[in-house]
Amino acid sequence: MTLGILGPEVSWYLAVAAFLFATGALGVLLRRSPLIVLLSLEIMLNGANLALIAFARHQGNGAGQIFALAVMAVAASEVVVGLGLIVAISRRNLDLDVDKLRTLRG
Amino acid sequence: MILAFDAGNTLVWIVWIVAAFACLGSGIAVVSFTNPFFSALALIGNLGALAVLYLLLSAEFVAAAQVLVYAGAVMVMFLFVIAYLGGRADAPWAGGPSWQQVGAVAAAGAILVEIVVAIGLKAGGRLAHQQHVLSSFGSPHAIGRLFLTDHLLAFEITSIVLLVAAIGGVILGSHSRKLAGEKAL
Repeated sequence: MTLGILGPEVSWYLAVAAFLFATGALGVLLRRSPLIVLLSLEIMLNGANLALIAFARHQGNGAGQIFALAVMAVAASEVVVGLGLIVAISRRNLDLDVDKLRTLRG
Repeated sequence: MILAFDAGNTLVWIVWIVAAFACLGSGIAVVSFTNPFFSALALIGNLGALAVLYLLLSAEFVAAAQVLVYAGAVMVMFLFVIAYLGGRADAPWAGGPSWQQVGAVAAAGAILVEIVVAIGLKAGGRLAHQQHVLSSFGSPHAIGRLFLTDHLLAFEITSIVLLVAAIGGVILGSHSRKLAGEKAL
């Protein structure tokens, strides 16, 4: 049994993906709290994932979905390291403000 | 494209519109909330709406993994850290001089325009006619078969990435614990 198109075309999904990516980029560039920067990064990764899955459906090829799952694993790793850094920063009683974290020295 | 205005098509359109607007609205909410706790809750809503869009694109396994891994595990970790930090998690909304903020908005708008133009130029004409796929497309069976045959290397590299991240998390945690112990003495 084959499945045709139901509902909107792939270009609509791509438009949503582009908006999500731009929203996430705005958060990364604008916000100061490293926690919200990490959350905005997740939105960017999800925008990319949505585009990958939309193209996988468009081409009828499962490789895009495999790529999306790999992106998900990378996002989980990035969150682990990012949150570890945030906890380490707050243990040193430094301000959680990306503009004030100017040096890489402890 | 065949314009079929049957009941199923209309239903899918309605679900798509609700999910897409929930997705975009919660994305904007994540960026605009002052309190990181509310931002994280909005991101959970965003991930749920995205899972619905994945289901409409017949990516059942990715949708399930999204809800389990992201909305489940990753966001719980976020909420724990935000609760641990408490009031210190609050930072000023946006920083820097005003030209920096205007530049950030301009850069984000430029990224949006760039993506739309790039996709429109490269694939605009070809997006209308879509491949028909088997109903097993995106099922756990199909994904597992792809992962263990064509994309075995990506699968193994993913496991190494996760292992390195786990080791990094442990090292970061133990360093900051040692530091806190020295301060207590």
